[in-house]
Amino acid sequence: MRELLRHRLLWPVVVLVLLLLLNVIYNNGFLSIQVKDGHLYGNLIDILRFGAPLILVAIGMTLVIATGGIDLSVGSVVAIAGAMACLRISDLGDQGAVGGVLGAIGVALVLCLVLGAANGVLVAAIGVQPIVATLILMVAGRGLAQLITDGQIITVNSPPYKLFGGGYWLTLPFGIIVVAVVVVLTALLTRRLALGLLIESVGGNAEASRLVGIRSRGLTIMVYTFCALCAGIAGLIISSNVSSADGNNAGLWIELDAILAVVIGGTSLMGGRFSLTGTVLGALVIQTLTTTIYSIGVPPETTLLFKALVVTLVCLAQSPAFRAKVFHRRRRRPPAPAPSDEIDEKVSVAT
Amino acid sequence: MAAPEPILRMRGIGKQFPGVRALDGVDFRLLPGEVHALMGENGAGKSTLIKVLTGVYEIDAGQIELAGRPVAFSSPLAAQQAGISTVYQEVNLCTNLTVAENIFAGREPRRMGRILWREMRRRAAELLARLEIDVDVTAPLSSCSLAVQQMVAIARAVDIDARVLILDEPTSSLDAGEVAQLFRVMRRLKDQGIAILFVSHFLDQVYEIADRMTVLRNGRLVGEYRTAELPQVELVAKMIGRELAELKALEDRPPEPDGAPLIEARELSRTGAIQPFSLTIHRGEVLGLAGLLGSGRTELARLLFGADHATSGTLRVDGKETALRTPRAAMGHGIAFCSENRRAEGLVPGLTVRENLLLALQATRGWARPLPRARQEELVEKYINALNIRPADPEQLVRNLSGGNQQKVLLARWLILEPRLLILDEPTRGIDVGAKTEIQRLVAELSGGGMAVLFVSAELEEVLRLSHRVGVLRDRRLVAELENGEQLTTDRLMETIASGAAS
Amino acid sequence: MTTAGLRRGLLRGRRPLPRRYVPVLVTTGLLIAMFAAGGVRYENFATGQIVLNVFVDNAYLLVVAIGMTFVILTGGIDLSVGSVIALSTMVSATLISDGWAPLPVIGLVLLMGALLGLGMGAIIQYFEIQPFIVTLAGMFLARGLCYVINTESVKITDPLIVALGETHVPLGPELWVSPSVIIALVVLLAAIYVLQYTRFGRGVYAVGGSEQSALLMGLPVARTKMAVYTISGFCSALGGVLFAFYTLSGWSLHALGTELDAIAAVVIGGTLLTGGYGYLFGTVLGVLVLGLIQTILNFEGTLSAWWTKIVIGLLLFAFILLQRLIGARGGQAPPTPS
Repeated sequence: MRELLRHRLLWPVVVLVLLLLLNVIYNNGFLSIQVKDGHLYGNLIDILRFGAPLILVAIGMTLVIATGGIDLSVGSVVAIAGAMACLRISDLGDQGAVGGVLGAIGVALVLCLVLGAANGVLVAAIGVQPIVATLILMVAGRGLAQLITDGQIITVNSPPYKLFGGGYWLTLPFGIIVVAVVVVLTALLTRRLALGLLIESVGGNAEASRLVGIRSRGLTIMVYTFCALCAGIAGLIISSNVSSADGNNAGLWIELDAILAVVIGGTSLMGGRFSLTGTVLGALVIQTLTTTIYSIGVPPETTLLFKALVVTLVCLAQSPAFRAKVFHRRRRRPPAPAPSDEIDEKVSVAT
Repeated sequence: MAAPEPILRMRGIGKQFPGVRALDGVDFRLLPGEVHALMGENGAGKSTLIKVLTGVYEIDAGQIELAGRPVAFSSPLAAQQAGISTVYQEVNLCTNLTVAENIFAGREPRRMGRILWREMRRRAAELLARLEIDVDVTAPLSSCSLAVQQMVAIARAVDIDARVLILDEPTSSLDAGEVAQLFRVMRRLKDQGIAILFVSHFLDQVYEIADRMTVLRNGRLVGEYRTAELPQVELVAKMIGRELAELKALEDRPPEPDGAPLIEARELSRTGAIQPFSLTIHRGEVLGLAGLLGSGRTELARLLFGADHATSGTLRVDGKETALRTPRAAMGHGIAFCSENRRAEGLVPGLTVRENLLLALQATRGWARPLPRARQEELVEKYINALNIRPADPEQLVRNLSGGNQQKVLLARWLILEPRLLILDEPTRGIDVGAKTEIQRLVAELSGGGMAVLFVSAELEEVLRLSHRVGVLRDRRLVAELENGEQLTTDRLMETIASGAAS
Repeated sequence: MTTAGLRRGLLRGRRPLPRRYVPVLVTTGLLIAMFAAGGVRYENFATGQIVLNVFVDNAYLLVVAIGMTFVILTGGIDLSVGSVIALSTMVSATLISDGWAPLPVIGLVLLMGALLGLGMGAIIQYFEIQPFIVTLAGMFLARGLCYVINTESVKITDPLIVALGETHVPLGPELWVSPSVIIALVVLLAAIYVLQYTRFGRGVYAVGGSEQSALLMGLPVARTKMAVYTISGFCSALGGVLFAFYTLSGWSLHALGTELDAIAAVVIGGTLLTGGYGYLFGTVLGVLVLGLIQTILNFEGTLSAWWTKIVIGLLLFAFILLQRLIGARGGQAPPTPS
């Protein structure tokens, strides 16, 4: 029982369950899922479907935050990916041609990879603070997206592209399948392979990682590239869902939601240990919150207020200073292990 | 010099950290108008004593009197306001501000809230002139040398009416001329009646400037001496001490090695860290490095691992010249390095024992070739048992382990790689006696198995017991290489450390 | 460690005296070059009124960027400024259209901004949460409050506000500025005085240089840090008021992304994002650069508005690289763990 209470995913799960319960109270049939025309329908499916882009972006963000960094540019990358894909598709002679659409998607994703790698190089090779390095693309990327779409909203009429974000496959919305694939692949890469361990090591103690021979530079570049790729896929889903690309508004604020999802999921902004499951839960909490606000009749405009509240509460809950000040019983626990090897070091960062 | 009343008196000071008694019944006094050196090796309690005195830590036992009145400081700021100022090696000033501002920050001369810059500069220039420090007070502090920065810090302290000035390793990064300048300022302050507490690892400097000294060892007071009455060799003996009684003797000294040279350094150096040195380590050999804290022993070890870049000299591994630019390159040659600074340079505290153990191995394999789970568990179990790591739970977070067990985890991390040369920088520091013996025994075994070990330690007994040869460092120089035979004793080592020559 | 100390020692050894002025000089050069290029390329460009119009159009941004400069000088960041502008326009417009007198409303809005900033500063200081996250929450909060008040745009028709928005203050033959510019310049002068001539202002630099040292030197670090966020909140609210003069409306979507413009202006103005180095004069130049880019693009006509963002991004990139090159301190550090 105590194990359970101290589990790091406890709180996101509790919040998610409470939100779902709230919905059930307002709408008894909230949890029901029906099959119509071979497609699954229901509120839960909708939460997953509309939450798909956020989950994707948040997955990439999780790895970046685990290295001790942050990526503010994902929103712009979302817009760029959608814009690039729609531009290429609208140039096709036959917008229904699967090969052409795949080519367009490929071009868009390669562009995202390049942008992500640029972020990574700025952070890892040039040594710019992550928040600053990615701020550049956050600002310029919006302009780039609008440049690609020439300031217009590009509309496409391409059934194969529509499938990506709006279609169904095996009774499920295609976007959910994409997310599932990415999440499973990421989990395999990080947990089956050793990527996760090395990332956590770099984020947890960069100098120690250098001294055990981890190539943190390459690793960091890779992680930022991966984050941009995730954002790119999310951008494709978003733009495919509405069959158009809007350089100005696509992915607006998604970087903030993604960071929020990661933090709710229990990954510390200081880097180190990360939890993909936690991030997925965090993203679902945010998406469910949005849905809930709509369904229980609170004006949708208040979503931002709730988010502000959630950010504050989650950060306060994670802040050691806050816990120390509010819960005095912390003192009764055994104090932090002996600084035995430190008691004779400099006071350079005393207090 | 007549002995006036002490300005500062500490009696029976005790300070306990979980698992460690950092200070135990230490008495200390400081007279006005004297330079008093606080001497001791790593873990002796010097820094703890200073932190207790300046209000960084609270004391568990004892009392502190300043000018005859009992005091207890809640923060460094409170201590400063009472007249106890500290200047650290890493200067605690703002390098982005000008010299004048740093002296007067928070106390700028004002009229109706408006800072009088001209007045401030004039007063700063006067103050520095009085201390014979020649520097442009309008220059940003970042443009000044470290020595000048320290003197600016001292000037600030003096101007705040310090009665006690603590200089914590102020000379570590200074060259000879700068040290002389600092000493001139110190003498001037001494003449003004200020009591100066001086910490330095350079014996020559201590003997040049200090009137008296207090020696600590393992958190206890060894004694208080007049500098003139305590020969250097005796001082070293008092600082290093002996711990024979506490340790079970090792059965045997490791057998004599007959290996070929594994690694040869020729005139290797790093500016400001270690003077050029030449050193050869053979297969199966334990080479001990002895020297006081700050003598360059860690710096030497780091160069052999590629943790820092050498600025001159060559390095041969297996007879072939190589440049070890990164730790990764060194690891490729089978070299492993266990840092003295476990927390900052070794552990990843948020990861488990298992993950920390396997980190180096996994790093050499790269992320794409994970270790199979079964193999992981096999290795982890083997090394947890072999090194007797407690608790024997691989999934425990490493930050929850005691210092000794953390050290064993780090050792195991490198042993898993089966290195050819294992560099151990103070592997037994700050850990309990049981773990200490275990680690020493392990070193002997490893060397018996053909592994070369570079063993850096502050404890001469330990170095003598384990090493085939001993390199002695002093003031950033490798001053001697001694064969460890019958005639090599701790006394002789101490003499070498104290005199700087292989007598 | 010793090695780090040494490296720092070596870097200090260089002659860095002109170094701190380099970014400001570069920005000045850039500004002059842009203006000259504009003058050569377009007719009617090199006139005094063009420069004044840049001020007129960006008075609110200047005020916000001044607040942001205080925050960034301490090594912090404030992402809430755009939302606070919107909230200020919204509160002002709503209250005024409800029949309140304009002056008390403005006073109330300024107080609100300052309190919001103080609240964020207190959380940052006492709970040791990163400024980035706290002001992010503030951004959500302010924007959310806007929506709660009204989702539609609210017009301001109060004669005093309209007069403040539309008056031309003559400066000479065919030269004029708006009252907002005067207000912004007054704020600028006050801010320069505070930063240069008060203990608080020097404390801001000290905290940005080294918070630890500032603490040991006995400076009121906690108070200083909370004060800069309060100032930033106040400046954002004032910026919002000026924005309301400019647009004569309150709207929840006003000033989207202004936090980025403000940060960009501060960085282009030569202030180090890691804190401790920078001047308000640079911030003014930064704002002017941003405004001039806009003006040139307007003159160009065929170039579209999004080029602004791309150019700002490129400038940010260039200046951040410049900072890495000239500053020993560029910060490998992750976002300010305290």
